[in-house]
Amino acid sequence: MPVFYNVTCPVCGSFCDDIEITVKNNAIIKVKNACAIGEAKFLNYALHRQTKPLIRKNGELVEVSLEKAIQKSAEILANAQYPILYGWSNTSCEATRVGLELAEEVGGVIDNTSTVCHGPSILSIQDIGISSCTLGQLRHRADLIFYWGSNPWSTHPRHIDRYTTFSEGRFQKSAWKGYLSRLTGTLARKRLGRAVNLILRRQMPSPPEAELRLPSTLFQNRRKMIVADVRKTRSADIADYFLQVKPNKDYEVLQALRLLIRDEELDVDEVAGIPVEILEEIADVMIGCKLGILFFGLGLTMSQGKHRNIDAALSLVRDLNQRTKFLIMPMRGHFNVTGANVVFTWQTGYPYAVDFSHSYPRYNPGETSVTDILSRGESDAGLVVASDPVAHFPNAAAQNLVKNPLVVIDPQPTPTSVMADVVIPSAFVGIEVEGTAYRMDHVPLPLKKVVEPPKTCLPDEEILKRILHEVRRLRRSHN
Amino acid sequence: MPKLKVSLLTGRTIDQGKGKEYGKLSEEYQKSVSICEMDPEDIKLLKVRENDNVKVTTEFGSVTMKVVKSKRAPHRGVVFIPYGPWASVLANPKTHGTGMPSLKGETAEIEPAPTERVLSLQELLRKSFRRR
Repeated sequence: MPVFYNVTCPVCGSFCDDIEITVKNNAIIKVKNACAIGEAKFLNYALHRQTKPLIRKNGELVEVSLEKAIQKSAEILANAQYPILYGWSNTSCEATRVGLELAEEVGGVIDNTSTVCHGPSILSIQDIGISSCTLGQLRHRADLIFYWGSNPWSTHPRHIDRYTTFSEGRFQKSAWKGYLSRLTGTLARKRLGRAVNLILRRQMPSPPEAELRLPSTLFQNRRKMIVADVRKTRSADIADYFLQVKPNKDYEVLQALRLLIRDEELDVDEVAGIPVEILEEIADVMIGCKLGILFFGLGLTMSQGKHRNIDAALSLVRDLNQRTKFLIMPMRGHFNVTGANVVFTWQTGYPYAVDFSHSYPRYNPGETSVTDILSRGESDAGLVVASDPVAHFPNAAAQNLVKNPLVVIDPQPTPTSVMADVVIPSAFVGIEVEGTAYRMDHVPLPLKKVVEPPKTCLPDEEILKRILHEVRRLRRSHN
Repeated sequence: MPKLKVSLLTGRTIDQGKGKEYGKLSEEYQKSVSICEMDPEDIKLLKVRENDNVKVTTEFGSVTMKVVKSKRAPHRGVVFIPYGPWASVLANPKTHGTGMPSLKGETAEIEPAPTERVLSLQELLRKSFRRR
């Protein structure tokens, strides 16, 4: 049975490249090294698949030939005044490149999923700049790992294991053993407490959750991890310290830390529910590290303040670099959302929300971003590639996507494809098609092909090329 | 019936992550995203039990889902719903000029819904998007 080694995992922004896949009769039968989500994808991707193109007729989606579906898609896009072309983070850079050409040809708006993900981070990075690095540097050198508004154990399950706290670096050892002994201690204390309660027949009060001092492990010369979030997450369970912030108060805490790092005093007792003593100690831990990293997630970009929260986080790291070495990185979600930003920027100068309606690229998030265009009801057609806005956009915005003619190119059925007028099933990139994608730290890696796609499912890139060709033919014939 | 004012958080979970890879129309996905995680004390206040149906309402919409006990309490007054079609019914589309809708920290009201059922994905889509 053929075994493919060093396969990249087309799921999250960690984009692990050490997966081993065993194939038998053109089906994946075994997956090694992948996380629960990666394994679920490799083993089940074909379960609910639709392999034939569909067109909506009399309210029902009916099977048609690929040529007909491409013809219809091209007609929808060529006839639209202001179409939106959305998605791109779950496909290859090669497909995105063709998508941009198509957007320019039809004079539409092209946007990728970072618009509802790390779009505010990009706005802020453009304002302030970013001191960042590759994940390899962190694996070997980082001794303080800070996750803010991010829950990697649920969203990027191998991130901690491969790149940060639990990775065995050249200069920093894994904190796994320390975590295990802490866990054993906690479980033993709980068992003891239960036994004491049982013997004395009384309910012992549980220890207070937040203490006024940080654990001593944070001041030791070893790898340590702090999680800041509005609720306790799986990642917070394994951290040396969990900093619980009140919802929508991240900005205040970040700015308070900036003041403390500059040795200024706070004339309040607490900030966003956190005693100032705790913040002072955290500032000490940050200043005292050899190399710190602040990973931030959608907890910052989606809550009140949005890009201003990221301004504060980037500025905090900039300030910290006056005292020690500190870096910052957004926890990118989809495996090629970074690649979508990169390709958009090569081609147009802008990373997302690019409007071609004036024949040249314009970029003004808030105006040219897809959620805003949909909320204002301005677009008159849509093309969605490898994304599911009907499931993930606020309903009020998705209503206007569904109201107009909608073309979906996606390897699997989704709520968006259920609502579409034309559905073109494609091959799974990274499983059935090769390509290129960018990891969250902007390192490009190859997507591998391990099985053959069904004959009716072409790569996204090929489908888009055919639509582009047809759009050009239609436009020539109109002129 | 008792009602609670809560702060609504949306986000990803490992089950939602696995569910979407089984397929967005799979039962695994639908089960993983049609739940809301609440603090056990808040569940008591609401006079419901785990897996009972509750109705969550925001300024933007209302949806019925199953309530489950949060494994990482306490977080009184904070309710967590995984990303997906159910959370999107409640989401605030305002982007404040950034392109990013407000998906975390919105105010919501939650109440028991003993007579309502959790819709299937197809039913929810039909209800939300009447055109299809």
